[in-house]
Amino acid sequence: MELLAQFAAGDLEAFEVLFRQHQKEVYAWIVRIVRDSGIAEDLTVETFWRIYKSRARFRPDGNFRAWARRIATNAALDHLRGARHETELPDDLAGAPGEDPAVRGERRKHIKEAFHQLPAKYRLVATLALIEEEPYESISQAVGISVALVKVRVFRAVRMLRKKLSPLGVEATAK
Amino acid sequence: MIDKENDQKIKDLLKHAIAPMKDTELRRDLWPQMLRKLDEQSAFANNVPWFDWALAAILSAVLLLFPGTIPALLYHL
Repeated sequence: MELLAQFAAGDLEAFEVLFRQHQKEVYAWIVRIVRDSGIAEDLTVETFWRIYKSRARFRPDGNFRAWARRIATNAALDHLRGARHETELPDDLAGAPGEDPAVRGERRKHIKEAFHQLPAKYRLVATLALIEEEPYESISQAVGISVALVKVRVFRAVRMLRKKLSPLGVEATAK
Repeated sequence: MIDKENDQKIKDLLKHAIAPMKDTELRRDLWPQMLRKLDEQSAFANNVPWFDWALAAILSAVLLLFPGTIPALLYHL
């Protein structure tokens, strides 16, 4: 409590303590969204820079962890909006038994492209909910929207993916 | 019903295509990087050219001496 009050008052040492306490957790959250360790490191620093800048608005009796996660999510979302995002895809992508590896590779490409074409706010919730299997409640708090809206965005993201992938015949062969 | 099944197929496909991040551990302390950022930003904030300050001072003086110019200035902004 005292540490948070010192931080809110602009004490750099208090900020360093908070930084060291929370940097791993903030990084782990961001890397699950942006899926690149280098970018996640930069965004972790950017997150704490935003935290430091807005320290006067932080209430010392508030939840620093939740506040930091919200800011980290916004930083990651800004990155998704502004940059072409490359996602590492595993080599063991499931395909039909005996399927030609070239066909499998083609399908991976289609999925990757379709996913990256989703608007950032949908890609964010789809990544957290469908890939990382994060609870809706947790996503809701991090993004700052209701659980119902998280569900709506996941639903829309799935529908958009379906629309993009169906004409390519990807859906028909999915297992 | 078919829609739900198709949505589920897409979800399964996505899960197979993009695996959850396994390695989410931070490998190094980012505090030195944070300090650099704080220094850069502070240097940037203090690095306003002298003529910008002079311009701001002249403008403030004009506005104080001739308040009637404020609407004209606002109009041209």
